[in-house]
Amino acid sequence: MTTTAPIPAPTAAPPRPSLVRRGSPLGLLVLVGLLLLAAALSLAIGSRSIPLGTVIDVLLHDDGSDASTIIRELRVPRTALAISVGAALGISGALMQGHTRNPLAEPGLLGVQAGASLAVVIGIYAFGVTNLSGYAWFSLAGAGLASAAVFAIGSTRGGPDPVSLVLAGTAVTALLGSFTQAIVLRSQETLDEYRFWVVGSAAGREIEVFWQVLPFLLIGLLMAAISAPGLNLLQLGDDVASSLGMHPLRHKVLGLVTVMLLSGAATAACGPIVFVGLVVPHVARYFAGVDYRWIVPYSGLVGGLFVVLADVLGRLIVRPGELQVGIVMALVGGPIFVYLVRRTRMVKL
Amino acid sequence: MSLDSPPRVERAATRVAGAPLRVGRASWLVPLRAGAVTLVSLAVLLALVAVDLSNGDFKIPVSDVVSTLLGGGDAGQRFIVIDLRLPQTMVAVLAGACLGLAGALTQTFARNPLASPDILGVTDGAALGAVAVIVIAGGSGYGGGLVAGQLQQVGLPIAAFVGGFGTALVLYVLSWRRGIDGQRLVLIGIGVGAAMAALTSWLLVRARIQDAASAQVWLNGSLSGRGWDQARPMLIALAILVPLSLMLVRTLNTLQLGDDSARGLGVGLQRSQLLTLLTAVALAAIAVSAVGPLDFVAFAVPQIALRLTGGSRPPLLASMVLGGVLVVGANLITRVVLPFAVPAGLVTAAIGAPYLIWLLLRSNRKVSA
Repeated sequence: MTTTAPIPAPTAAPPRPSLVRRGSPLGLLVLVGLLLLAAALSLAIGSRSIPLGTVIDVLLHDDGSDASTIIRELRVPRTALAISVGAALGISGALMQGHTRNPLAEPGLLGVQAGASLAVVIGIYAFGVTNLSGYAWFSLAGAGLASAAVFAIGSTRGGPDPVSLVLAGTAVTALLGSFTQAIVLRSQETLDEYRFWVVGSAAGREIEVFWQVLPFLLIGLLMAAISAPGLNLLQLGDDVASSLGMHPLRHKVLGLVTVMLLSGAATAACGPIVFVGLVVPHVARYFAGVDYRWIVPYSGLVGGLFVVLADVLGRLIVRPGELQVGIVMALVGGPIFVYLVRRTRMVKL
Repeated sequence: MSLDSPPRVERAATRVAGAPLRVGRASWLVPLRAGAVTLVSLAVLLALVAVDLSNGDFKIPVSDVVSTLLGGGDAGQRFIVIDLRLPQTMVAVLAGACLGLAGALTQTFARNPLASPDILGVTDGAALGAVAVIVIAGGSGYGGGLVAGQLQQVGLPIAAFVGGFGTALVLYVLSWRRGIDGQRLVLIGIGVGAAMAALTSWLLVRARIQDAASAQVWLNGSLSGRGWDQARPMLIALAILVPLSLMLVRTLNTLQLGDDSARGLGVGLQRSQLLTLLTAVALAAIAVSAVGPLDFVAFAVPQIALRLTGGSRPPLLASMVLGGVLVVGANLITRVVLPFAVPAGLVTAAIGAPYLIWLLLRSNRKVSA
């Protein structure tokens, strides 16, 4: 009998409910509700606050007022981008942590974002690319090359070794980062273009950027859904996984391509936003337990929620100016992460 | 999760770390390979220092440099070599040594190759302190020039030191939970470091453009214009802390066996961990306050030294010497080879990273073969 239903809990000694956390459809629903609430806040709050009633009116029909322009031209693209980028980064973090069996893996740490940054800088410096849609291709290529290099360096014949992988990621990040810095220091014009992209911000992006990265994100989401169930087997180790009928290497390649698509597209859209991929899967695991079929969707929703809230917070802290979402993410995410590490016994991967 | 296992166990098991030496009833291990590596690196370091001193706008042959250092040479050569070039080279040697030793100490006591001052956030804290001084007290900053000049010169290293040390204190308090666990230390360090880095970028965003530019130069790690003022604190720190670290070696070796075994063998676990961390943080904070965050030195050098000496933990002295080699090499490259000015911190990363990658590739292929 082939069924994918979870193994029933042994009836003799039912685990105490307070110790076993599991994901549930209800939890996902609550997260979607929170996400909608955060999106509404993001539409309403800004250097000029707009009442929620007006927001809904204007969303339904464009009445040509100032509020309509602000919301439709500025805040809708920004909110859509923040949600999709957060979801992409959260999911790619969860996939990376699952595939490498390493709680520290994240796109930033394993060199993906450094590769994307260097590729974008080369695009600006050598090929004169100046629009965000042009950045997307360079960013994807850079992210792909860098992650392939990190996995090639960090893998033994038996598959990626967690410690080597993180060391390789840090080494590649440092190397690519120094090239990026050197180019930026050399060329004033490149710095001028690059610095607006690199701060990690959802502001000032047009809705076209969202439509351009959306196909990549959708393909990435589909592939993430395909690869999530296998992650549970991979947690047992490559040998056990292959004895249970799985092909670990093929599965890891699938995961790597997914991570590349998701984080490459996210980085192209908003610049490198660090820390989402690291913190979000830990938060998701805290609520959803150890089953990756729940961790991956939870990570996506939590990631979107985090980035939207960070973006809103950035507009509130230094009114009427604003703080880039990348900075807020690290300022808020850092303490949350420390709290989680202290509070829970880290789920050993 | 094998993050907290000692790296390359399989190699340590097959290779004897040293030759036993017996004198009467006393016996100890002489680490032959580590000693050889240290001596060779020392020779490389001296050669690099000589080449560094001989090059510049006015070239002096290496043989003349050596005789000048030994007391010979004419007045012009003495002025150029000893008064102009030696201070900066010494700062490079000392900063590299401090960072290498600091990294070796933290990586050893946490039993984790990621536990280096850069990753634990100590460097980020020091950078935050320094940038705060530049932005808030800078000539064009909010201080309105009140505390410019001399005070900023003195205040910057002190602020960096306080920032680094404060971060380490926060880190230790937050990671404390019935003892210090290496993996928890690294995770919390990453969190604390990210928050510090974010505060730094916040300051940079709010700063005026002149202050942001000068802070950026400092943040990239620069050796130019450094002299005896920066070298002296590092020299004092090394003179005190190197003997202390060497006294910790016995404890560190025992710590490799795991916390429980170490406790069973009579090691005062908390005290020696705290002592090691304090030593390492003091070294890292002093080095960063002198030359700015030289990326990658404290992280990569002990790993490179470990893979060269083939022991079970990063060797302290070899890490020190190799740190000096890396930073002096970077200094030489920025001054002589590159046609344009590049901060030394970028070069340390650009030459340290490929070497670490090569070592990883080689050892991974060997394991799998």
